[in-house]
Amino acid sequence: MKETLDSTPLVVLDDVNKHFGSLHVLRDINLTIARGEVLVVIGPSGGGKSTLCRAINRLETIDSGTITFDGLPLPKEGKALARLRSEVGMVFQSFNLFAHKTILENVTLGPIKVRGVDKAQAERRGMELLERVGIGAQAAKYPAQLSGGQQQRVAIARALAMDPKMILFDEPTSALDPEMVQEVLDVMIGLARDGMTMMVVTHEMGFARRAANRVVFMADGQIVEENTPDEFFTNARTDRAKDFLSKILTH
Amino acid sequence: MDDLIKYAPDLLAGFLKNVQLSVICAILSLIFGTILVAMRVSPTPVLRGAGAAYVNIVRNTPLTLVLAFSALGLSDTLGVTFSEEPSTNSFWLVVLGLSLYTATFVCEALRSGINTVPMGQAEAARAIGLTFFQSLRMIILPQAFRAVVAPLGSVIIAMIKNTTVAIAAGYLAESAFVMRDTFDETGVSIPIFVGIVIAFMIVTLPIGFFTGWLANRLAVAR
Repeated sequence: MKETLDSTPLVVLDDVNKHFGSLHVLRDINLTIARGEVLVVIGPSGGGKSTLCRAINRLETIDSGTITFDGLPLPKEGKALARLRSEVGMVFQSFNLFAHKTILENVTLGPIKVRGVDKAQAERRGMELLERVGIGAQAAKYPAQLSGGQQQRVAIARALAMDPKMILFDEPTSALDPEMVQEVLDVMIGLARDGMTMMVVTHEMGFARRAANRVVFMADGQIVEENTPDEFFTNARTDRAKDFLSKILTH
Repeated sequence: MDDLIKYAPDLLAGFLKNVQLSVICAILSLIFGTILVAMRVSPTPVLRGAGAAYVNIVRNTPLTLVLAFSALGLSDTLGVTFSEEPSTNSFWLVVLGLSLYTATFVCEALRSGINTVPMGQAEAARAIGLTFFQSLRMIILPQAFRAVVAPLGSVIIAMIKNTTVAIAAGYLAESAFVMRDTFDETGVSIPIFVGIVIAFMIVTLPIGFFTGWLANRLAVAR
């Protein structure tokens, strides 16, 4: 675990509510994420985990409450919102690599077009990042030519290329074949060790135990319980969490 | 057959006007169509509404009326002229009308292409900090274009054949008008008729084959 967490929180959610039609997906969410913290969000499907994750870079809007990032409320739209998003990396369940661009172009597009980095420098950095996630040899290929695990590692490199203050992971291993899960988790554990602030929606308990500072359990749009990973997995306080854990632990 | 040979130079000169109109209109309608589709998918309701209204009105108006309007309405009544020379003026009025008309079909083909691009592509683009128009230009439209190369080929082929109604805007130099003019002198000549059809097919058939081939080559693997 990390020892020096900066005291001003990076993300603060205050009484956040969101509806999808009649479905109340986020109910009075209050949550802070410290700098350098690795937060795992766990819970049953449809419980609002992904929506919470996506609300932090405003891929989902919220109905009420406030979200502040690095001391400022999330911009509503336009250039300010684009700037915020460039500071918050995002890794999706379905990778979402740009299908018509090569692996290296996927990683350099943001730095070149958003940050104005020159092409040669962006490519140097891009290759470094691809080497770091173990995909250097595939730089000239297209996403469809890579396995799911490789694509997801590229997606992580794409997020890292923007030097984000934080990375959101929305079920990063849920769409992967079982034998590819670990290669992605290894990269994520490495990032956590290096002090990256991360919010990870996942069911991977191994990851939560090894890398997370805190686990948040969400169900029915509410944060039901939050605790350290060890406490949460061995000694959940609420019945809702115990019930959920009994279902995923017995497999 | 003798008629065809005798009038071939006139007919060819007319047909080259069809080709000229086609090339200019193809370029302009692709540009206008792209602008229109950007309006139709933009987050600004006013732009979306304006784009939808334009497409629905112009696409559903017969081309001969669009061309008649650009000649009688725009040029004669509102005084929009491109040249003092009547034949040059009417040439550009045809270009204007036909391009603005064809753009609506280009727009709708592209819009169906945009629907083939998964939502996640746009989300990933926004998530790295691209603005709406950057993600449209760099991520969405390039993939949408690749998905609709073949239907765009059909739109362009239809447009090429539509250059033969240029007379509706008072343009009298293209091949279909030259043909009718010739028939007035010679009576109907089947060889001339067939000759013009073949000339068009020499241009349009390769476009169909080429765009079909290109569609396969450019298809985005997912």
